[in-house]
Amino acid sequence: MRKLAKYLKNYKKQLFLGPLFKLTEAVFELIVPVVTAMIIDNGVLKNDAGYVWKMGGILLLLGVVGLICALICQYSASIASQGFGTVLREDLYRHINSFSHKEIDKFGTPSLITRITNDVNQLQFAVAMLIRLVIRAPFLAVGAVVMAMMIDIKLSVIFLVVTPIIAVILYVIMSKSVPYFKVAQKKLDRISGISREGLSGVRVIRAFSKQETEEARFLKASTEQADISIRVGKLSALLNPLTYAVMNIGIVAIVWFGGFRVESGGMTTGEVTAFVNYMTQTYLALVVVANLVVTFTKAAASAARVNEVLQTETTIKDPQIDENITLDEREKNGPKIFFDNVSFSYVGKDSDKYALKDLTVSVKKGETVGVIGGTGSGKSTFVNLIPRFYDISKGKIIIDGKDVRDYTIKALRSKIGVVPQGSVLFSGTVESNLKWGNPDASYEDMVKALKTAQAYDFVEKLPDGIKTKVTQGGKNFSGGQRQRLTIARALVRNPEILILDDSSSALDFATDARLRKAIKNDIKETTVFIVSQRASSIKYSDKIIVFDHGEAVGIGSHEELIKSCAVYREICLSQLSEEEVNGK
Amino acid sequence: MKETVKRLLKYTKKYNAFIAGAFFSSVISVSLMLYGPILVGEAIDNILDNGIVDHSGMIPILIRLIFTIAGTAVFQWLMAFCTNKVAYKTVQDLRVDVYAKINRLPLKYIDGHAHGDIISRIVNDVDQVSEGLLQGLTQLFTGIVTIIGTLLFMLSINGFITLVVVVITPLSLFVASFIAKRSHKMFVKQQATQGELSGYIEELMGNQKIVKTFGYEEKAVEGFREINNRLYVCGQKAQFYSSLTNPSTRFVNGIVYAAVAVIGSIYALSVNQTLFTVGEITCFLTYANQYTKPFNEITAVVTQVQAAFAAANRLFEILDEKEVVDDGKVEIPGIVKENGDKQTFSLSIKNVYFSYIPGVPLIENMNVEVAPGERVAIVGPTGCGKTTIINLLMRFYEVDKGSICVGGINIKDMPVDSLRSMFGMVLQDTWLFNGTVKENIAYGRPDASEEEIIEAAKAAHADYFISRLPHGYNTVISEDGGNISQGQKQLLCIARVMLADPPMLILDEATSNIDTRTEIYVQKAFDEMMRGRTTFIVAHRLSTIKEADIILVMKDGKIIEQGRHEELLKRGGFYAELYNSQFAGS
Repeated sequence: MRKLAKYLKNYKKQLFLGPLFKLTEAVFELIVPVVTAMIIDNGVLKNDAGYVWKMGGILLLLGVVGLICALICQYSASIASQGFGTVLREDLYRHINSFSHKEIDKFGTPSLITRITNDVNQLQFAVAMLIRLVIRAPFLAVGAVVMAMMIDIKLSVIFLVVTPIIAVILYVIMSKSVPYFKVAQKKLDRISGISREGLSGVRVIRAFSKQETEEARFLKASTEQADISIRVGKLSALLNPLTYAVMNIGIVAIVWFGGFRVESGGMTTGEVTAFVNYMTQTYLALVVVANLVVTFTKAAASAARVNEVLQTETTIKDPQIDENITLDEREKNGPKIFFDNVSFSYVGKDSDKYALKDLTVSVKKGETVGVIGGTGSGKSTFVNLIPRFYDISKGKIIIDGKDVRDYTIKALRSKIGVVPQGSVLFSGTVESNLKWGNPDASYEDMVKALKTAQAYDFVEKLPDGIKTKVTQGGKNFSGGQRQRLTIARALVRNPEILILDDSSSALDFATDARLRKAIKNDIKETTVFIVSQRASSIKYSDKIIVFDHGEAVGIGSHEELIKSCAVYREICLSQLSEEEVNGK
Repeated sequence: MKETVKRLLKYTKKYNAFIAGAFFSSVISVSLMLYGPILVGEAIDNILDNGIVDHSGMIPILIRLIFTIAGTAVFQWLMAFCTNKVAYKTVQDLRVDVYAKINRLPLKYIDGHAHGDIISRIVNDVDQVSEGLLQGLTQLFTGIVTIIGTLLFMLSINGFITLVVVVITPLSLFVASFIAKRSHKMFVKQQATQGELSGYIEELMGNQKIVKTFGYEEKAVEGFREINNRLYVCGQKAQFYSSLTNPSTRFVNGIVYAAVAVIGSIYALSVNQTLFTVGEITCFLTYANQYTKPFNEITAVVTQVQAAFAAANRLFEILDEKEVVDDGKVEIPGIVKENGDKQTFSLSIKNVYFSYIPGVPLIENMNVEVAPGERVAIVGPTGCGKTTIINLLMRFYEVDKGSICVGGINIKDMPVDSLRSMFGMVLQDTWLFNGTVKENIAYGRPDASEEEIIEAAKAAHADYFISRLPHGYNTVISEDGGNISQGQKQLLCIARVMLADPPMLILDEATSNIDTRTEIYVQKAFDEMMRGRTTFIVAHRLSTIKEADIILVMKDGKIIEQGRHEELLKRGGFYAELYNSQFAGS
């Protein structure tokens, strides 16, 4: 948690003033019972009405000053905690943005999102509590005990007995019920899981008329959740009655032994009353302390999760060396992209579990490369290495004669347009989505890209054309339309290298064919990679790379591979008719 | 609001005994709790001054006090137990009702609402209701009893000072509501901004890889900072305003306390001290504190209860949705033939009109006649309405006009379950639940024997990979189905249909995400399954299309051509164009 302290450094003033004023208020609160005792002893018992009024005025004054102190404290707390959260969130977000795919994969997106929202909120809350209560509550508890000691040291022994007992009860019950809360949360997750299944599988459930089975499953899960909640409830409900009882036994002891003290002349009656008040105060303060412990335990967990993100450094960094390495002519006229004996493992540099192994392939400028293979064969891994989303374990990847690691990341990626799997659009308009590819794109540029991507026809028909609103995830477009728009987005970039990662799967074969044709004709200079499961999508490529278990088992044209590559032949025969395989 | 309370009460009715128990316990515990200070006061009255302390007089009072404390503690616990039980059991019923209701809602509702939203209602909103019920019941009961009780106790001691307390206390309510009104506005704004920020993070971070691809990092941070700064402004205000409540009400309590101390003392001075003792002042002060507390607590709970009502309303919204109509009675005769085999049926679609959105017609005057055992291939470009036909056949959606008949009987006249049991369905987005492979295959026939299950798996070409799984047929399929591939999932779904052995089929050929080798098996399994069964198949493979008895060519929701492969090719229409484009290549 200490590492996050730097985010508080702009709020030193608030961190100092807040607790200070809260403390002042607490002091006044402690004085109140003393004043009351004085009213009784000096006013009522001595028949002095003027004294009563005077002291009453002091009580009121204490209240007003206390209120002002509290307000200053709350104000400081709100500034410091919200400010802390704001700065931390921005820093986290910025830091996450520097992550490469490897770090993002490591944490997982949902986890990163929870960390930047819930965990930061939790910490923010803890900062507010820190300012408001951390000094105050223990001070009130200790202060009440000290005040009692000052009044009468002998009678205050009761405090020294009762306070630890209450503390122990608080600790035991809380530590016992926390694990139950975790179980209850798990049961709740189960309910959510069953609901999710029920909704995503609604057609199958109804097709088999299994609604009742599903309901029974749900009933079981929700009964378990209710039962466990009731069980925790029973346990944590012990807290109040037990501590209440202990405190009141303390009061009984105060009255009984206080009687002896008054009898022997060591105390006054008013002081016994004050003792009773201090006991109540200590009790209330201890309850607050217990809650604080819970808050800070949660915050510590959040802090650890946030720190974990902040301490993770991205593995993919810009090169230190001078960017402008002069290339000799021979390299300039060499291959556009050259994979030189490349191996890559997701697990780590030294692992034997290669996702891609000993790949050597050379691609010329303007070539179209088809990439095919089963799921997990290494297709996507291959294309993800080109924009340096991951760093390779062995070998070299050369683009335009230069190792990808010698480019700045910005310079490298500006050459490349990627259409990733799972076509995602962002909320905004069609236009704003296209401008992701190139913020300076003109209307004509966008139309051109849309036309090549086979998206112009339907975009044109939209009531607002390219100004049409896109909802989150692009849900207001069909799968095929989304796919074509994401392709257009990449084309707006005018990329030297275009990567289509299984991005025509939702297109029917006619559109798919038109798309391939347009790419071939419209952007002749661009080197294109088409990753697909469909043989028909890649069979006309200049070069086809066939992947199987991380290895390229065949590189060549359709005609060559049909003859030489068993895996490729098998794939084709399973998808295409005889005449198609043998081509026309 | 009134309506919401009424409906919630209907749910709590079952647990009236516990509610009564909670109320009874709170009356007793609060009364005893209030009685305590009186006893303390009486005990202190035995301590008058140096040497004038009556310990023997104290003993019976203190013994009574100890019993009072014990009683308070016991009934406090009982009260908590009862409210817990009411709250959790009530929402359990509510939750189960909502889930069951969803099973009876038309697919139109489920398709039309974000699943995340529905799940959040079932999980979070129900939780909110239970929290509200719990806090509401607890604070309401103890609050009311405390206020009435303290009033009575105070009155029994001294009417005049009671009046002082009663007059001043509502001030804290007034102050609290004044602040609440102001901070509420800020809260709403804060919530909205927080939501906006979460949405932004979710959208951009959820697609971080695209952000990287397009080098959009700086822009993303800029957008983030803009929302984040706005969140700071309204967050700080909301936090500050709302944190005013506590000090302010405490201030009012302080005033009450001071007033009681002063007025009580002056009163004690002005009358004979046997009428108003020092001990009584002490216990009056305690009461003044206790009397004001429920006011603070109730104001604190109000927001929670309000949130609970809002949540309950969202649940009732689901419960009030119109359910699917299922009043058909006619069963189709002779599904199982005398030799035990199942008979397949004819299917006719006559003058059918359908639209998802009223006023935007999709299917208009559709007519298809399918003889028993025929194979119907549906083809057409993406988003042309192929799945709509499945929706109508399975009666997931109702036709607007016209009729669909199976074996000559209008599907509207059949019980929905009978209709659906006649169709075996394998869709592209496969669905398996979090259970074992065996359970998933036996989903449609839970009574199937082990042999039957394996036989179905073999027929679906799934046996070979199942037997290679770590626990074979007892392998548990994880929640996201991550431990088996997409193609294998599809094979399991086929096995599931094989086992159920329905007389008719609805299939959707997968195009993507299937391992090419597995795909061969899927294809074989499909072929075997279709034999002798009337089949509708959303086709992507040419071989499937060529072998179909009827090809329905769809475009923009309409069937524009219908016939056999050769006929359609000859016609030279849209189908011919589609078909040729496959060969046109580059």
